[in-house]
Amino acid sequence: MESRRNPRAVVDPKVRQVGFFTSSQPDSSSTQQQQQQTDPIPASASSPPVSTISPSGNSLSPVMIPPPRLNSSDTFPLRGAAAGASSAVSPSSFSYSNRRDFPDGSTTASPGRHSRGSFVKSSTPVASSLPGIGMDSMAAAKSSSVPASGLTTVSVVTMPPGLAEKASGMEVQSDQKKNPKSLKEKTTKAERRAIQEAQRAAKAAAKADGGKVPPGTSASVASTSVKVAKPAKPSTQKNEVSVAAGVTEKKGGPSEKDRKKDAPHPRMQYDDESRVVKAKRRAVVKQTEAKNRVELFRHLPQYEHGTQLPDLETKFFQLDPMHPAVYKVGLQYLSGDISGGNARCIAMLQAFQEVVKDYSTPPEKNLNRDMTAKISSYVSFLIECRPLSISMGNAIRFVKNRIAKLPITLSESEAKAALQSDIERFINDKIIGADMVIVKHAVTKIRDGDVLLTYGSPTAVEMILLHAHELKKKFRVLVVDSRPKLEGQLLLRRLIKRGISCTYTHINAISYIMHEVTKVFLGASSVLSNGTVYSRVGTACVAMVASAFRVPVLVCCEAYKFHERVQLDSICSNELGDPNAISKVHGREDINYLDGLTNNANLQFLNLMYDATPSDYISMIITDYGMVPPTSVPVIVREYQKEHLLV
Amino acid sequence: MPDVQSMVAEFVNKLRKRKIEGSQATAKCTVELLRSVISHQRVPHANQAAALIDAVKAVGQQLVAANPVELAVGNVVRRVLHIIREEDLSLTTAAMAGLDLLDASDDDDIDNCKGIGYPAMSAAVVAAAARSTLRPPSLQTLLEGTPESATVPYTSSSGADSESKSKSADKSSLTRKLKHDVIEGVNQLIQEISGCHEQIAEQAIEHIHQNEVILTLGSSRTVLEFLCAAKEKKRSFRVFVAEGAPRYQGHLLAKELVARGLQTTVITDSAVFAMISRVNMVIIGAHAVMANGGVIGPVGVNMAALAAKKHAVPFVVLAGSHKLCPLYPHNPEVLLNELRSPSELLDFGEFSDCLDFGAGSGSLQVVNPTFDYVPPNLVSLFITDTGGHNPSYMYRLIADYYSADDLVM
Repeated sequence: MESRRNPRAVVDPKVRQVGFFTSSQPDSSSTQQQQQQTDPIPASASSPPVSTISPSGNSLSPVMIPPPRLNSSDTFPLRGAAAGASSAVSPSSFSYSNRRDFPDGSTTASPGRHSRGSFVKSSTPVASSLPGIGMDSMAAAKSSSVPASGLTTVSVVTMPPGLAEKASGMEVQSDQKKNPKSLKEKTTKAERRAIQEAQRAAKAAAKADGGKVPPGTSASVASTSVKVAKPAKPSTQKNEVSVAAGVTEKKGGPSEKDRKKDAPHPRMQYDDESRVVKAKRRAVVKQTEAKNRVELFRHLPQYEHGTQLPDLETKFFQLDPMHPAVYKVGLQYLSGDISGGNARCIAMLQAFQEVVKDYSTPPEKNLNRDMTAKISSYVSFLIECRPLSISMGNAIRFVKNRIAKLPITLSESEAKAALQSDIERFINDKIIGADMVIVKHAVTKIRDGDVLLTYGSPTAVEMILLHAHELKKKFRVLVVDSRPKLEGQLLLRRLIKRGISCTYTHINAISYIMHEVTKVFLGASSVLSNGTVYSRVGTACVAMVASAFRVPVLVCCEAYKFHERVQLDSICSNELGDPNAISKVHGREDINYLDGLTNNANLQFLNLMYDATPSDYISMIITDYGMVPPTSVPVIVREYQKEHLLV
Repeated sequence: MPDVQSMVAEFVNKLRKRKIEGSQATAKCTVELLRSVISHQRVPHANQAAALIDAVKAVGQQLVAANPVELAVGNVVRRVLHIIREEDLSLTTAAMAGLDLLDASDDDDIDNCKGIGYPAMSAAVVAAAARSTLRPPSLQTLLEGTPESATVPYTSSSGADSESKSKSADKSSLTRKLKHDVIEGVNQLIQEISGCHEQIAEQAIEHIHQNEVILTLGSSRTVLEFLCAAKEKKRSFRVFVAEGAPRYQGHLLAKELVARGLQTTVITDSAVFAMISRVNMVIIGAHAVMANGGVIGPVGVNMAALAAKKHAVPFVVLAGSHKLCPLYPHNPEVLLNELRSPSELLDFGEFSDCLDFGAGSGSLQVVNPTFDYVPPNLVSLFITDTGGHNPSYMYRLIADYYSADDLVM
C-alpha cells in the first residue's frame, strides 16, 4: 500500500488523479529518473523485471479507491471484511487483465505498473525512441506522464500476440493481414470513421514533427493495430484508436468525438409530438394516451391503464414476428406480475435465451446483424409494455455486444450456444452472484441489537436480513411502506414467517420511528454516475430523514445496475404509474372522497414510480465490488462496465 | 350546577373518545363550554375573580386531562383565564383611578380602608402598581426604577380586588360588571377563533404569486381558505396535495380545492421529495405551535419540511392564535403524539396471528402516529391572524395572549 501511494504523490503532486490512469506510474525514462531521485522505496523503481516485483501493481484490483477509503473511515472489525471482500471479488473478475499484462509487461522495463493499462499500456523501450509527440493533447487526458503518452502508438504494435492469445478460438487474428476484408465488413460505421480519423491525424502529426518520426510509420502502425484489435474487442480497439489519435493529433479532436459517442443518448421525450407520432406508427401495443395529465410530466409516457392488456391478449396468435417467450414477459410486465429490477431483468434475459435457442438465420442474412435487429424489435415491444429499467438497458447492451462480437467463423449452432451461455453467465454472475456477494458484505454491518429500517421490498435487502437471521444475529426490522403498491406488506409477511421481529409503518411516520433506528438498508433500481441513487419513490425521503437523524444509509445495488447517466432530480426522467391507483384506496371503503372526480379537468393524479436520492444522503453503497462511497460510483461505472460488462 | 356539570362531563367524554376533530372545532367547543361555566358560576362577594379563575381552572384541568394531546383545549382555557385576569385588573385600575383622585383630598377613604383592615399605604401602593402596569413604561420610569413598583404588582389581583369592593358603593353592580366583562371577552375570543380563517386568508395575496406551485399536506380549513382567497384574487397557481396516508385527508382537501376550481394534483406521500424541487412554497396548517416556534402538524410534515429545507423552498405554517401553545416541547414526537389503530395500515385480520405476541420472535408491531413535530429551524414563516412572524418571535406573541401565572394549570 505504502509503496503504491508514495510514488503517486511524488510523481506529480500538482495534478489530481481522478479515476485510474496507468500513466501515473513511472512509464517513461524521464519519470523514472525523477522517481529514482525521490522515491523512498527504490525497489519499485529500479528493479527491472516486472513479473517478480510490484506485487501491489499486479495483485490489486484496478479500482484502488474503495478499499482504502473504507478502511480509513470505518471501524476496525469492518475493515478486514471490506478489504477481504474486495480482494475476494477481484481475482476472478480481473484474472483476465492480469494474464494479459504479463507478456506485454515482461518485455518492458516499467516497474510498478498497474494491472490496468490493458489498453493504453506503453512500453518503455519505445518510449525513449519517440519522445514528446503530442504532448499537449495527452496532457489533458493523462495527467502526469506526458512523455509516456507519446509511446502509445507504438506500443500497440506489441499487442497482437497478446490479443491473439487471449481471444479464444480465433485463429483469424494471428494472420489478420490475409483477410482484412472480412474484418472490414464487421467494422461499424463509427469504427471505420474512427480509423480514418486516426490515420488522418497520424499523418498530420507525422508531418508536423517530421524529423523525428519516419513519415507514415505512426499512421500505419495505428491503423494496423486498429485492424488487429477490432475483431476481438471493439471496446479495446476504440480506446486504442482514441489514444493513438490523441497522441498524434494536436488537439485530440477524434478522441473527443469518441467520448461524445460514449455519452448516453438522450431519452425519448414524449412531449415531442412528431417523435411520438412516429413511435406510435411502429408500436405493436395499441395504447391510448391518458387525457388528464400533469403538466410537469408531459415528457413521460402515460397511457390509459388497463386497455393494453386485453388488446394484446387477443393479438397473441397474430403477432408472428414476436417470439412467444418475449410476448409472455411483455404481458407479465404489463400486468405487473413481474416487478422489481432483478426479476424483470432475469425474465427478459431468459426470454432472450429462448429467442436465441429458436433462432435460425434467414437466408442471405448475417447472423450478427439480423439477430441484433430482432432483439431490438423485441426490446421496443418490451418498452411499450413497460419502460425499461436502467438495469435492463445495461443487460440489453450486454446481449447486443455479445452478438456483435460473435466471431464470424463460428457456425450458427456454435454461435447460438455461445450466446446462450453468455446470457446464462450474465444472469449467474452479474445478478445472482452479485447478490450473494452483496449479502456477504452487508451482513458484516449488522450487529446484535441493531434496529434496521428498510423501505419497500428490495430483494437484496431481504436476502441480507434473512441471511443475518440465519447467522443468529439479533436485530429488529422496521418495514416502512408506502402507497399505492404496499410492497412492504409482502416483505413483512416473509420476514415474520422466518421469525424476525418486525415493526410496520407507513412512510409518513418515518420521523417518528427514526429515533430508534441504527441503520437504514435500501435497495436501488439504479445508481447513476453522479452518485444519485435512482430507486422506488420514497427512498429519497427515507434517506433524507435518516441522514437528518444521523443514521447511516446503506444502499445495496448490484454493479450491473450502475449507469453513466447523471440525474439531479426525479422529474426529468421517471416512470408514471397508473393514476387511478391513487384515487382509490385499497381496502378502505370509507375513503371515497375522490370518487367520480377522476375526470375533472382540475384534478390530476400523479403516481411517480421512482425518485432520485442525492448522494449526500448516502453513507455507503454495497455492491458486488465491495462497499464504496457514492463518490466512487463513476469509477465503477468507468472501469467495470467498460471492461467487464461488455467483455 | 347540574347542567353545567353534565355539559362538562359530556364534553370530556367527547374529547376522550376523540369525537371532536380539528383544533379549531375543539377550541370553539371549549370556549363555549367555559362561557357557560362562567355565566353559571355563582360569584362570592369577596375575591370574585379568584373564584372565577378557580372554577375555570377546575374545568380546564378535566378537559386537558381528557385529551392532553389536543393542545388547543389548554390554550383556550389559558386564554379565558387571561381574560378574567385582564378584566379584573382593568376594573381594579378603574376603581383605583377613582381612588387616586379622591386620595389626595379625602381622608375618609383612608379611614374606610383602615376600618376594613388594610393599611393606608397599601391602597396608594396598589394604585401606583396598577398605574404602572397599565401605563407603558416610559423612559423616565425605567430610569427611576423604584423598587416598590417592581414588587407590588402581585398583590394587585386579590388586594386591589377587595379594595375596589370596599370602595364601591354598589357592590352587586360591580360583580355583575366583572362577570359581564369576562363574558364579553370570551365572546370576543369565540369570534376571533371562528374568524381566524378570514384573517389569515386575507394575507394570502401577499404570499402566493402567479403561476406558483404550492405543496400542501393534510387537510386544514385554514389552508383551504388561504388558497381559495388567493384564487379569488385572480391568481392562478397549481396545488400539489400529498394524500396523507393512512388518513387520506389530502383526498378530502383535494376534493374541496377542486370544487373551488383550483388546479390540483394529488401525489403520494412518498413523492414529496421528488416533487419538492418544482415547488415554490410549502403551506401547511398546524395542529399546534409551540412556544419555541416548533410546529406540531399532521404526520409526514417533518419529512416535507426537511425536503423543503434541502431545496430552500419556503415552509409556511398557517395557525390561528388559538393554536399558539405557551409550552415548550420536550420530546414532542413521542409525548405530544397519539398512536392510532393499526387497522388503518393493515387490513383487519391480515396479520392478526403475529400481532401482540409481545417480544417473542417473529412478533409484529404496527406504528401509526397521528402527529409530527417540525423543529423551528425548518419553519420559514408563521402566518397567524395577527400577521406573519418568525419562529423565534413566537414566544413574544404567546406572552401577549397568556399570563404567566396560568402556564402550569
